[in-house]
Amino acid sequence: MFSTVIIVFREALEAALIISIIAAATRSLPGNKRWILAGLLAGLLGAGLVAAATDVIANLADGVGPELFNAAILGTAVLMLAWHNIWMAIHGAELAQHAHQVGANIREGRSECSVLLMVVGLAVLREGSETVLFLYGIATSSGIASMLFGGAIGLIAAVVLGYILYEGLVKVPLRWFFKATSALVLLLAAGLASQAAKFLIQADVLPSLGDPLWDSSALISQQGVLGTLLHGLIGYDARPAGLQVLFYIVVVAAISIGMQFTKHKKEILSQSKEKLDHEVLSKSN
Amino acid sequence: MKRLLILILLLPAVAFAVEDEYRLVIKDHKFEPAELTVPAGKKIKLQVQNKDATPEEFESHSLNREKIIGANSSAVIYIGPLNAGTYKYFGEFNEATAQGVIIAK
Repeated sequence: MFSTVIIVFREALEAALIISIIAAATRSLPGNKRWILAGLLAGLLGAGLVAAATDVIANLADGVGPELFNAAILGTAVLMLAWHNIWMAIHGAELAQHAHQVGANIREGRSECSVLLMVVGLAVLREGSETVLFLYGIATSSGIASMLFGGAIGLIAAVVLGYILYEGLVKVPLRWFFKATSALVLLLAAGLASQAAKFLIQADVLPSLGDPLWDSSALISQQGVLGTLLHGLIGYDARPAGLQVLFYIVVVAAISIGMQFTKHKKEILSQSKEKLDHEVLSKSN
Repeated sequence: MKRLLILILLLPAVAFAVEDEYRLVIKDHKFEPAELTVPAGKKIKLQVQNKDATPEEFESHSLNREKIIGANSSAVIYIGPLNAGTYKYFGEFNEATAQGVIIAK
């Protein structure tokens, strides 16, 4: 019973943290809650389908189908988060200033919304399918009541923690808000990339490049409360393989460069536009 | 360029593709054998067969591995090359009974 709570809590927490960060980061986007809810529902549906197809996926690719499947889901989520962060680097400030009149950007806003739907959906799909399988096992071995009760408590605890994180994030003053949320999304993406690397090593597709590179489990155990939170938030791994660290660093660097580049481009654009306006003005005078 | 990089990264995996194969069986939420000895410094292919009617998750913190094995089915998990030592693993869905160690010598 207690172990049911813990396992459901752990699985649900990762998804809850991702949803909280995404919800906070896009709070100035009109209709973001509806998109997140749609992503959540799509993810739950997908989780059920994936759980039902466990045997099919298990036998794909000489028995490493699940690893490749997980790595593909994680990789897609990383790309979506990268896109989100780079998009926000351009439009974030505008959105905050004209929260209720983003009419001009509605088309781009819509693609940003579908990206966030994808991220939420994928997170729920991945964590949810494992939870469904586990709860199915509990239901058959210790009864439906134990499964429902333990599952509900674990889920509620995860949702509460996610909500606390969301409330904390939206209270961050606007000056630091975009920096804070985009830093969180950046580290979240890097953490998911590191998990993808782990699956590719387990499938023997890529070499580990040192396994483990270090062992900090005595310092912060990954099973403890702090370790679980850090794992969900920034991808903390107590015994990472070299390839995981490499993926982490590459993703952090790539997204940071992408954000800097687009910001820079935007500044040049607005500068040249100002210059043009100025010239037009001086000519007409 | 990207393709070349992937090729280079894949080379070691191909070069050491010959691995030893070992079997574990899950029955009544227990691992059999509960103690498995494997050679150190070699890549190991673990075949885990689940004979129970419920799924199980093979998990090991020291091996940095986790994988779900469906009811009445089997799965492949690659581990190693390991340093000599004892590595604990367990079935996350039935942790009370499903415990085992892999000893690398």
